[in-house]
Amino acid sequence: MAGATEAPEAPSNQVNRIGLQKKDYAGSKSTLCIGCGHDLITARLIDAAYDLSLKPENVIKMSGIGCSSKTPAYFMSRSFSFNSVHGRMPSVATGASLANRSLKIIGVSGDGDTANIGIGQFVHLMRRNLDMVYIVENNGVYGLTKGQFSATADKGSKQKYGNVNFMSPIDLCALAVELGCNFVARLFAGNTKMMRQALQAAMAFKGTAFLDIISPCVTFNNHAGSTKSFPYVKDHETALQDIGFVPAYDPTYHEMAAGEEREVKLGDGSKMTLKALGNDYNPTDRVGALKMLAESREQQKLLTGIICVAESQPTFPQMLNMVHEPLSTLPLSVTRPGKAVLDEVMDELS
Amino acid sequence: MGTAATADAVGTIVNDFSIHVATANGSGSQTSNMVLLRALFQMGVPVSGKNLFPSNIQGLPTWFTIRASKDGWIARKEESDVIVCMNAETAEEDVATARKGAVLIYDDSLRLQEKRPDCVHYPVPFKKLIAECCPDLKLRKLVINMLYVGVCSALFGIDMGELKSALGKQLAGKQKAIDLNLPALEYSANWTKEHLPKKDAFRVERMNANEGKIIIEGNAATALGLMFGGVTVVTWYPITPSSSLCEYLDEYLNRFRLDKDGKRTFAVVQAEDEISAVGMLAGAGWAGARCFTSTSGPGISLMNEIIGLGYFAEIPFVICDVARTGPSTGLPTRTMQGDIYSLMYASHGDTKHIVLIPSEPKESFELAQEALDIAEEFQTPVFLMLDLDLGMNYWMAKRFDYPAAPIHRGKVLTKEQLQEMGGKWGRYQDVDGDGVPYRTIPGTEHPAAAYFTRGTGHTAQATYSEKPEHWKSNMDRLAKKFESAKKRVPKPVVTSDGSKVGLLFCGTTTEAINEAVHELKHKHKVKVDLCRVRAFPFTSEVEDFVDHHERVYVVELNRDGQLRMALSAEVPRLAHKLRSILHYDGMPLSAGAVVKQFRELEGAWGKGTPE
Repeated sequence: MAGATEAPEAPSNQVNRIGLQKKDYAGSKSTLCIGCGHDLITARLIDAAYDLSLKPENVIKMSGIGCSSKTPAYFMSRSFSFNSVHGRMPSVATGASLANRSLKIIGVSGDGDTANIGIGQFVHLMRRNLDMVYIVENNGVYGLTKGQFSATADKGSKQKYGNVNFMSPIDLCALAVELGCNFVARLFAGNTKMMRQALQAAMAFKGTAFLDIISPCVTFNNHAGSTKSFPYVKDHETALQDIGFVPAYDPTYHEMAAGEEREVKLGDGSKMTLKALGNDYNPTDRVGALKMLAESREQQKLLTGIICVAESQPTFPQMLNMVHEPLSTLPLSVTRPGKAVLDEVMDELS
Repeated sequence: MGTAATADAVGTIVNDFSIHVATANGSGSQTSNMVLLRALFQMGVPVSGKNLFPSNIQGLPTWFTIRASKDGWIARKEESDVIVCMNAETAEEDVATARKGAVLIYDDSLRLQEKRPDCVHYPVPFKKLIAECCPDLKLRKLVINMLYVGVCSALFGIDMGELKSALGKQLAGKQKAIDLNLPALEYSANWTKEHLPKKDAFRVERMNANEGKIIIEGNAATALGLMFGGVTVVTWYPITPSSSLCEYLDEYLNRFRLDKDGKRTFAVVQAEDEISAVGMLAGAGWAGARCFTSTSGPGISLMNEIIGLGYFAEIPFVICDVARTGPSTGLPTRTMQGDIYSLMYASHGDTKHIVLIPSEPKESFELAQEALDIAEEFQTPVFLMLDLDLGMNYWMAKRFDYPAAPIHRGKVLTKEQLQEMGGKWGRYQDVDGDGVPYRTIPGTEHPAAAYFTRGTGHTAQATYSEKPEHWKSNMDRLAKKFESAKKRVPKPVVTSDGSKVGLLFCGTTTEAINEAVHELKHKHKVKVDLCRVRAFPFTSEVEDFVDHHERVYVVELNRDGQLRMALSAEVPRLAHKLRSILHYDGMPLSAGAVVKQFRELEGAWGKGTPE
């Protein structure tokens, strides 16, 4: 089990449905700062993959560049992983998905990697609906280059050494909703329970699930005046729902009381239940979602939970009408047309 | 071999002249030009068609040059023998540049007779003729260009039957368009026969030189090569002059690569930009697809970072650069061998890339397949270097051969092999001593199959490392891998005539150089040897060629002598033997330009005088 991440909850000899122990989902030791929010997310990813009995060989982990993008090294070592180029994880993930559509993608990015240098690729990825969990570990600053603001830093938020951000933030959740993403959530790395449920639902979801996880930077953005510090987020977090996850293999897992909860099918037979807290927010209403996000920004509230969710839609390989088999392993008999085809074309050109 | 002699002096010139057609962009002239080109081709006369077009969709001047050459010379000819002025706006300029004795065909309202009394004039009442043969006023502007085809047919003896068959082929499946064009073609031919007495020397006669030949653009040929090479993932971003490559590929794949249920055995994705297009290749190549993108110079500039990732993380993918004139936006619709250096050494840090350089369509077809193989065999990005001249112009080429060998996928470890090895392997370990490691493909169902791919420093086991010895040994292995590639990439084509002087070149300069060498030998009594480079890294045969010659002229289409620079950098001891013959005005090379520069340089250097 990863050193700096949390100790596994399951006893070491316990196995999941495919006979794997939690340590089979572990990665190498984290090299992030002690207390980093990202390590909390890593631990929950391990939990969720274990709980869901994901086959590690069927998962690929993709990332760009930055502190967050290092984290795929810290979980699921048995899965292939690609720590690519700053801001370009979406295109690299797209290519991998085209080569082998059967792979489940877990993409980990940061706020700089996604909202600054990678905003163009993020926007276009949302249009493609890859079968992918896209996580932004959002702390509002660049960690590896020592604390510069990113585009998700709130207006008025203070940098460690006093500078104040004077530009409006980019709300990645609002953008994802607007771009047609069918599973958009905002979470807080400190809210273990919600993360565990939401991550399982996101992994089970067929299509792109976008998770903006506020993950404080303990070194450069955890001071008074920051709006992404652990204390500030704890004070301002307003949970939208109690999230429940009903796995496909155990539909009796969760009894639903009529009228109280919403039920969302995730495309693989499993379901997510959403019990609204406070006002009865309807996350299947895209326009309502945008309105609520705008209002919460004005009220300086950090809403966590499922912002927007819809029935799963055709994924990119489906849109492209591709064969079911991975393109990567198609035999030559399929990928090279016969001699008659060449003759036909040559005749047309002669 | 074009002669500059006038009609009167020579009498009849058969199957050896060029027709230069000036039209306005977007006026449907492409159909007329292609019908003329095809008809000549079908008559067995060697031809080429070069399109000189503006960066514009409609209205600006565009030119198309058809060269018929009984001797098979298909390079650009600088001086045109026949000029057809269908664009009133450029007519004066077009005739001003005509050589003495050239044939001028133009609308009779233009009154060009007094401007060039030294030329042969055929004024044609195009507006009157089109009104007579095309009753629908609105359709006239789409058909008017077909009239000059009829005029040429009658004047030069281009067979009407072949023109009709070419029209049918060009507009295959569009019967309405055929029905519209055919009367214009026949009417203008008949009118010419009755009204224009033959005053020039040029004639077309049937030959039998085109047996087993096709007419194709290099972009289409490359697309076919990729399809037969088993490409599965194609990404692209539109950019002239490469766009038609992926459009052809998309068309061919949708026609020939659907499974029995109509599902695609491929993916073609138009990305949001070139960075994304190459990023998708990094992902697709890593996950085991044979993948490809095409672009041009500006796209290569944008792709540089991920090309370096591909080199360093050792991911196979193929990029075709159909080069255009740069720097910057440059001349988007003109040609240049301008990216030689930027392909060979693309990206920051220590990088070197395999570049394959075809010179004509058949070789494009073959090297496209090779590129997919070599990329996987060496687990690295591989470039195909074309240029606008090859990619977008019409070339006569030999029919393509069906690939004889299966594809090569390189060193890929399977689940079974991993089991035998007890799961012990290192992604970047040089097991075979050739610098090429083994890889596994994501999705391989073995607990030890996975490895961590990164653009940061790594060990042979693919773990993160900043240690100097790890970095250096990895870079040395990559250099060794590049050395190994020297034995795999296509060797140069060397032609020896026993000379001490050589020409070294690559790609589309070939046709002009072959023609120039013929002229040098027969007209100027100078022999030259040839070395056509087909790949980077330079193989030993390239070095041998320079070693065995006293003087070598490196001919290329750029200002700075990029091929010469690269050869001088890679093999410094050769540098003092190399001089440049350069051509960089955006136009394809002509034999005349080579002969002129060669003779000037030889006059100085060849006599032992320093430069």
